[in-house]
Amino acid sequence: MSFTEYFELLFNDYTLRTISLGTAILGAICGMLGSFAVLRKQSLLGDAISHAALPGIAIAFLITGTKETNVLLIGALISGLIGAFWIRGITRRTHLKSDTALGLILSIFFGFGMLLLTYIQKQPNANQAGLDKFLFGQAATLLARDVWFMATVTLVCLLVLLLFWKEFKILLFDADYAKTLGFNTKMIDILITSFIVLAIVLGLQTVGVVLMSAMLLAPAAAARQWTNSLGIMVVLAAVFGATSGVVGTAISASQNNLSTGPVIVLVAATFVILSFIFSPSRGLLFRQIRFIKNRKDLQLHKTLAFMFDIAKRHENISHPHAVKILNNFHGYTKKSLSKLEDKEYIRVEGLMWEMTEKGYDFALNLYNQQVEEND
Amino acid sequence: MGKQKFAVTVDDLTVAYNYKPVLWDIDLAIPEGVLMAIVGPNGAGKSTLIKAILGIIDPIAGSVSIYGKPYKKQRKLVGYVPQKGSVDWDFPTTALDVVMMGTYGSLGWIKRPGKKEKKTALESLEKVGMLSFKDRQISQLSGGQQQRVFLARALAQDADIYFMDEPFQGVDATTEIAIINILKELRKKGKTVVVVHHDLQTVPEYFDWVTFLNVKKIATGPVKEIFNDDNLTKTYGINYKVSVQK
Repeated sequence: MSFTEYFELLFNDYTLRTISLGTAILGAICGMLGSFAVLRKQSLLGDAISHAALPGIAIAFLITGTKETNVLLIGALISGLIGAFWIRGITRRTHLKSDTALGLILSIFFGFGMLLLTYIQKQPNANQAGLDKFLFGQAATLLARDVWFMATVTLVCLLVLLLFWKEFKILLFDADYAKTLGFNTKMIDILITSFIVLAIVLGLQTVGVVLMSAMLLAPAAAARQWTNSLGIMVVLAAVFGATSGVVGTAISASQNNLSTGPVIVLVAATFVILSFIFSPSRGLLFRQIRFIKNRKDLQLHKTLAFMFDIAKRHENISHPHAVKILNNFHGYTKKSLSKLEDKEYIRVEGLMWEMTEKGYDFALNLYNQQVEEND
Repeated sequence: MGKQKFAVTVDDLTVAYNYKPVLWDIDLAIPEGVLMAIVGPNGAGKSTLIKAILGIIDPIAGSVSIYGKPYKKQRKLVGYVPQKGSVDWDFPTTALDVVMMGTYGSLGWIKRPGKKEKKTALESLEKVGMLSFKDRQISQLSGGQQQRVFLARALAQDADIYFMDEPFQGVDATTEIAIINILKELRKKGKTVVVVHHDLQTVPEYFDWVTFLNVKKIATGPVKEIFNDDNLTKTYGINYKVSVQK
């Protein structure tokens, strides 16, 4: 199946449409909440929570004996929440730093989950197969009602986000200060963390325990490169996430049986790489271009400063001087002379040059911080 | 001075991390309208004292009252300038946006800042001479400018009592003068300002009230009366000689 065929199918094929919609919604909610995780420097929180959800899935199966996704995901939600709040408790009550707490919870819960999975596989129950789909996810199992549920949760999340935008923002930037203003920072924190857990649990079926954190981080990390506004960052991250979902599903559907979760994550990673290179203000490419331009400007300014030193000794700043005297100055080239002329800092007539008012003023204020700052 | 009104009263405040007391049984009464420095060596608990007063750190004992009522009921009267290094300045936001946060407390939950809050924030930026930087991304500000933004944010709170944690740390002479002028302006308006301060040389010039702190409170009172070698020696443990201008 080719790419165009895919888009034709998207409008005709019910299953593909459901899956694409599901991955898009998942990408959007993960992008939004991932922005908060990234800005709180809790990037690995998502990884720990998703791994912590695994034993919940296994236990839910052991108790109920059903493979009903919703039941299993409730188990995932509970153990994910337990994991998240244990991490919080460990960092607040012990001397351990958050990375240690995250690592501990991640590996202990995941280990326990794997243990339970192998135990379940040895059960003489024909029903046991397929729980391991939660390890890497299986988008093909998404049903319309799963997508509806995801859409509802995303909508609620969006509503809460809009309602408590101011509170979220101040908590992210300066939690202590928020506390002195009388905000219950613990409650805001619990609200954000709970939504992150919810988003992760929603994604387990599609992307799986192992790769879920990339869904949170990649769109947010990419979005951060393009903007200096929190609002735009959250929106961009949602767009990147949703796009990754749709494009990833398209690629995996058009190439025979490529696993959807990993493809979505790789598409999201592509967004990150492109953003790191091409972002105008923070990207590597433009930084290098600016660096080269600055170096060239500096050469030019040095030449101008040298000319300024000559010009200022005369009462008339536009007193003509021989071009020849510039030969003594290291860094002078014919090209820089014509560039300065282009900028109308100097006039060149034959073998003589003279400074203009504009050039004089510019040279006078060169590297004068006070003037530069008030621009 | 007549009958003195106390802006802040601290009773028996004790803070400990893992059994080791950081602040021990602090009693402190700060009169209204003073510009007070808290001085003491590193680890003396200066920042902790401010944070405990503001409820950022939970004390194991003690109480704080603001104008005679419990602090929790009087939050709106109290402004705070944290240490500049306590936040991530790469956060995606502008100077104006940060200053606007000063108005969040009076707005309360859910309500969004509007025109009035924006006006307050702009005026505060102007007071600290940072109006032209209002749309600047905060990571693009110099250390001194970041400190001024923090000060403006506290001004936007329009509080009666201000607590400031080392506002002069890492700022140049121009900014230091600009900040101290704003603090003196606040005092002139009858506000009470409490500042964690490191530079002992400038205490007599900047402040009229001082508290010596080293886990315990050593002394508190008017600079002219108690800022002397005796108290400095008691606080810092070595023989200090600072010429006090009387």
